Amino acid sequence: MLRNQYDTDVMTWSPMGRLFQVEYAMDAVKQGGAAFGLRSRSHVVLASVDRAVSGLSFHQRKIFKIDDRTGVAMAGLAADGRVVLQYLASECINYSFVYESPIPVSRLVARLADKAQACTMLSLKRPYGVGCLVAGTDESGVHLYYNCPSGDYFECQAFAIGSHSQAAKVCLEREFETFNDRPREELIQRALLAITETLRWQGKEFDSSSCTVAILGENEAFHVISRSVIEQLVDSSKAT
Amino acid sequence: MENMFVNPPGECDSKSATDSERTLYPYVTGTSVVAVKYKDGILMAADTGGSYGSTLRYKSVERMKAIGKHSVLGASGEISDFQEILRYLDELILYDNMWDDGNSLGPKEVHNYLNRVMYNRRNKFNPLWNSLVLGGVKNGQKYLGMVSMIGVHFEDNHVATGFGNHLARPILRDEWHEDMSFEEAVKLLEKCMLVLLYRDRSAINKIQIAQVTEAGFNTFQPYALKTFWGFSAFENPSKGAVGTW
Repeated sequence: MLRNQYDTDVMTWSPMGRLFQVEYAMDAVKQGGAAFGLRSRSHVVLASVDRAVSGLSFHQRKIFKIDDRTGVAMAGLAADGRVVLQYLASECINYSFVYESPIPVSRLVARLADKAQACTMLSLKRPYGVGCLVAGTDESGVHLYYNCPSGDYFECQAFAIGSHSQAAKVCLEREFETFNDRPREELIQRALLAITETLRWQGKEFDSSSCTVAILGENEAFHVISRSVIEQLVDSSKAT
Repeated sequence: MENMFVNPPGECDSKSATDSERTLYPYVTGTSVVAVKYKDGILMAADTGGSYGSTLRYKSVERMKAIGKHSVLGASGEISDFQEILRYLDELILYDNMWDDGNSLGPKEVHNYLNRVMYNRRNKFNPLWNSLVLGGVKNGQKYLGMVSMIGVHFEDNHVATGFGNHLARPILRDEWHEDMSFEEAVKLLEKCMLVLLYRDRSAINKIQIAQVTEAGFNTFQPYALKTFWGFSAFENPSKGAVGTW
C-alpha cells in the first residue's frame, strides 16, 4: 500500500519537490532506539537507550569508537550502522596513514554526508537507514555533528534522535546554552537526565543495563563509561 | 613446450620496452640543500645550479618552493622530478583550500604525504630521484624533516641532502643550538654553504636562502659567498711537476 504516489523509488521527485524515499529513511531513524549527544568546550558525551530483541538477548550496541579521537552514536537500522561505522573507521585510519595526523572532524562527516547523498540519486542504491551523532576532537577543538540519511549534516551543541527522544529534546533545549561551560561530570549528568526522561516517557525506569554513555575530551580518548560508574552517578544524583 | 611467461636464461623483465617508462638515472640535478630550525621558524639554503652530468648547465634554478601557507620544500636530485612533486603538492593544497573550512595541511602532514609518494614510487622501481627537505611552522610549532628517494624519512633540528650530509651536518651538530636568532642562523648556513662551495664540484657560487615563519614564506635574492683562493700553494701550480702540460 503506497502512502504516496511518488514514493516507489528514490529516483522520483514528488510534484511538491520531495523525495519520499529519503523521508522514509529519516523515519527509520525516528523508529530506532534513542541516542543523544551533548558538547561542552572540552568534552562531548554520547548516550543511548539500547533495545533488546528479546528478553534473552543482549541489548543492541549503538555507540562505537571509531578511533581514539572519534566516536559515533547511531539510531535506526543497526545493519546499515555497521557499514557506516566501517566507512568512518576506514576514512580515519587512511587519513592518519597518509598524513600522520588525525582527520579534521568536519571533513570526516562531510565525506560521510557525500556518501549518504550518493545513495539518494542512484537507482541501484537506497538511502542508509541510520542517523549518526559523530563526536570528535581535532586541532580546532571538540565537535558534535549529526549526519542524516539524506546527506545533510550539521554541527550541534546537543542533539537527540530516535524514538521517544522528544522529551529529552525538550530538556536539552532548556539547558544547551550552558553546556559550553559545564564541567565533565555535569555534562554526563545531563546525558543521564536525557536518558531518564526518554525512559519515563515510555513508562520505564532507568536501568543501567539498557543504556550506554560514552565520553570524549580534548585530552581524553573516546571510551564507554562503565556500568558501575553510571550507577554511582545516578545514585548520587538521586541523593541530591 | 617452454612456459611462455618465463624469460630465457640471462634475460630479466626490466630489459623490456617499458624500461623507457621508469626512472633509471637522473639527468638534470641540483646539489645539496641545508636547513635549520631557528627562533622564529625554519631557514633553508640551496644554490641555484642545475647540472647536466658534469656540465653546469643551468644557473638560476629555484630549488626551494613554498607549499601552502605553512611550509617550504627544498629538493636536490632530478629537477624534473622535483617539478612533478610540485605538481602533486599543488593539487593537494588546492583540494585542501577548496574545503574552505578553517583547517589546513601543516608541514607534518605534507612531509608524511611526500613520504608516502616517494616510498610508493620506490616500490614500483620507478623512483622520483630526489632528496626532499620539508620545513614549516604551524600554530607556533616548528617542523623540519627529510625524505629520501627510497622513502627514508625523519625529523630533526637540522637536515641536509647529498654532500650536505657529509660536509654541513658535522658543522651543524657542533654549532647549532636552540632558538638561534635570524642573523646567527644565516651565518651558520653560510658557513655550511661555503664548505660545500669549496668541496662539492656541482655547487655554484649563487646561493639562495628561504625562510618560513608563522607569518609565512619568504625567499631572499640569490647572492654570492666570498671565497679566498690566495693560498701560496696555488701561486705556482707547476712548481713540483716540471714539464707539465
